[in-house]
Amino acid sequence: MAGKMWRSAILNLLRQWGLSVNGKDKIKAQELSRVVGALTTETPQPRTFIRGMQTVTLIPGDGIGPEISTAVMRIFEAAKAPIQWEERNVTAIKGPGGKWMIPPDAKESMDRNKIGLKGPLKTPIAAGHPSMNLLLRKTFDLYANVRPCVSIEGYQTPYTDVNLVTIRENTEGEYSGIEHLIVDGVVQSIKLITEQASQRIAEYAFEYAKNNQRASVTAVHKANIMRMSDGLFLRKCREAAEKHKDVKFTEMYLDTVCLNMVQDPTQFDVLVMPNLYGDILSDLCAGLIGGLGVTPSGNIGANGVAIFESVHGTAPDIAGKDMANPTALLLSAVMMLRHMGLRDHAKKVETACFDTIRDKKVLTKDLGGNSKCSEFTEAICQRVRDMD
Amino acid sequence: MSGTMAAALRGSLVTLVKGLSGPRWQHLASRPLSLSSSLSGAEPPPARADATFKVTMVPGDGVGPELMTAVKEVFKAGDVPVEFEEFHLSEVQNMASEEKLEQVLTSMKNNKVAIKGKIHTPMEFKGELASYEMRLRRKLDLFANVVHVNSLPGYNTRHNNLDLVIIREQTEGEYSSLEHESVSGVIECLKIITREKSRRIAKFAFDYATKKGRNKVTAVHKANIMKLGDGLFLQSCAEVAQLYPKIKYENIIIDNCCMQLVQNPYQFDVLVMPNLYGNIIDNLAAGLVGGAGVVPGESYSAEYAVFETGARHPFAQAVGRNIANPTAMLLSAANMLRHLNLEYHSQMVSDAVKRVIKQGKVRTRDLGGYCTTGDFVHAIVENLTHPPLTAKQRL
Repeated sequence: MAGKMWRSAILNLLRQWGLSVNGKDKIKAQELSRVVGALTTETPQPRTFIRGMQTVTLIPGDGIGPEISTAVMRIFEAAKAPIQWEERNVTAIKGPGGKWMIPPDAKESMDRNKIGLKGPLKTPIAAGHPSMNLLLRKTFDLYANVRPCVSIEGYQTPYTDVNLVTIRENTEGEYSGIEHLIVDGVVQSIKLITEQASQRIAEYAFEYAKNNQRASVTAVHKANIMRMSDGLFLRKCREAAEKHKDVKFTEMYLDTVCLNMVQDPTQFDVLVMPNLYGDILSDLCAGLIGGLGVTPSGNIGANGVAIFESVHGTAPDIAGKDMANPTALLLSAVMMLRHMGLRDHAKKVETACFDTIRDKKVLTKDLGGNSKCSEFTEAICQRVRDMD
Repeated sequence: MSGTMAAALRGSLVTLVKGLSGPRWQHLASRPLSLSSSLSGAEPPPARADATFKVTMVPGDGVGPELMTAVKEVFKAGDVPVEFEEFHLSEVQNMASEEKLEQVLTSMKNNKVAIKGKIHTPMEFKGELASYEMRLRRKLDLFANVVHVNSLPGYNTRHNNLDLVIIREQTEGEYSSLEHESVSGVIECLKIITREKSRRIAKFAFDYATKKGRNKVTAVHKANIMKLGDGLFLQSCAEVAQLYPKIKYENIIIDNCCMQLVQNPYQFDVLVMPNLYGNIIDNLAAGLVGGAGVVPGESYSAEYAVFETGARHPFAQAVGRNIANPTAMLLSAANMLRHLNLEYHSQMVSDAVKRVIKQGKVRTRDLGGYCTTGDFVHAIVENLTHPPLTAKQRL
């Protein structure tokens, strides 16, 4: 009840500023929180949490996680970002009834703060142990994985001018986890596509395109082969496109996208797709700009929850040696700032990071330099301070 | 020294082949991956057979018919002893029926070898889940698709001197056409992986690697998520790998594989994978060396061989515009000739195509040129030389 009142208050506020949400007044609570969460009009909006500090749950993670998290915290401090960190460790624990879950204090922190930043987590190799990422995804219903891939000037790859975003459905599809051994030697895996999840991701893709000044959305599918399941996904994308006529909509077969992606990635803008295709394409696109070490990622969940993360591994071999590259986590944190409407701070940190890489003076080993993680971090901090 | 030996060996082989009569000749010729493919170099024009080879031709949709015209023109100019039996099978032009499919199958049963364009699959679901393309594949049990991705000398892309082989299982997996709506708005699509077919493709991959003198096979999978399905595939590959101790065996997760392909594709040699991943990697790898227009491909069953383009797209937007690139189809046709033991003619065609591309004067639009399909084919015809270049000359 209280939530409803709070939402209608916000809606009224929005109306006062002359903003209409979706062109109609009566909208679903879920939609509203999503729109508010991702609201980004050009003019800075006086939003409740901009006035004061906003608390963000920080999950440093394992391996190099703590180092790169520290780096991000230092840079944010230098940029005077109004962010307060609430650090939580996440390991899978067995709850009552033997169900795997994340520690209650981490869950409670996320539920309260809604926004999280997370380093790499290792998944212990043990029978029946779920992947930590999967567990987080399930706990907070993180249905959309967003990965902007933008070429980084100064970090040379064979591909230049890549500027695209992959949006991946994250809860169903091939990764539904339903498999059976029918008879010995015959396995059936089920790919699950539902109307609801397809609609949700399609809607989100168009919202994202609008909020981030992107011109077109491409649905990636294989509906010529999987005529019913991918057909349903595609239909929902078409329906969403009808509602958002200002964003250009195209549809493309997965194989065609792969073929064109390596020939001319500049033709793509926002791509939306089911789970497996998203998994493959998002990594492919990361490869175009230099790998997972420089690719940010964000996960959008129901009820306004969002977790931003670096998608690389825990790199246990260099953990604690001050050699890790914090770029992916830093850029994820920049995504987070944008998501929270802190555009100025986001710009500041991002520019400082890109400038440092372009300068090629202070770079970590994987970026082709010889500096330590702390030196790289300090270089970015210095640039941030110089901007004031 | 070994050169003369090989020549002598080939000479005796040719006489042997000449001595065979019709049906047996064809039987011999249609062995998958003919031995002669490993031997290269010029030789006197021998195989001017008394009989010509009959090959089934399915031009398919989009630019398929235009590509086939190119093949026919080049074959005619090169005096290639192949005769085509043409069947127009198309779902989008209302030219598909059970009867038609039967005709193609009958022809295939006689000829064993076919050259084929892409039969376009309309997206709309009209009650039939399996497309004609897939039904043809299944009826002939064309389980293995081979795409040899090879950079074209003279045409520079972001990654040059690429040489990798992609072997794809193409009868099961996600392409099983088993889908149903369990409740309204919820669709289940079944992916089937069987041990029998996984082992079969794994064995094919290792046999191929052995025959072609390659030293590494990498299995591509997603067994960390699909633990049972892809797990079974991976396990089958590992089991088969143990029978081939001379060939290195590795495995890689599909998403990482894609990322590595655009960052460092040189680490791969032969890749083997289930159906959908094959579709993705085929196209991705084709993109690395110049696109769908330049990479040939082939599909094999125990009995049949079908030659087609590596990345199968109808390219419908180019129909009638005379801009399609026939390189892939011509190279595929050259591979077909090799498969038919027409080594001489095979060499002649592929040499001509490669030479025209290397010269760089006549190129179609997709390779950054300004020429039409017609110009390109004409240039190839001009470059057909008798006898084909020797290995030395080709360098």
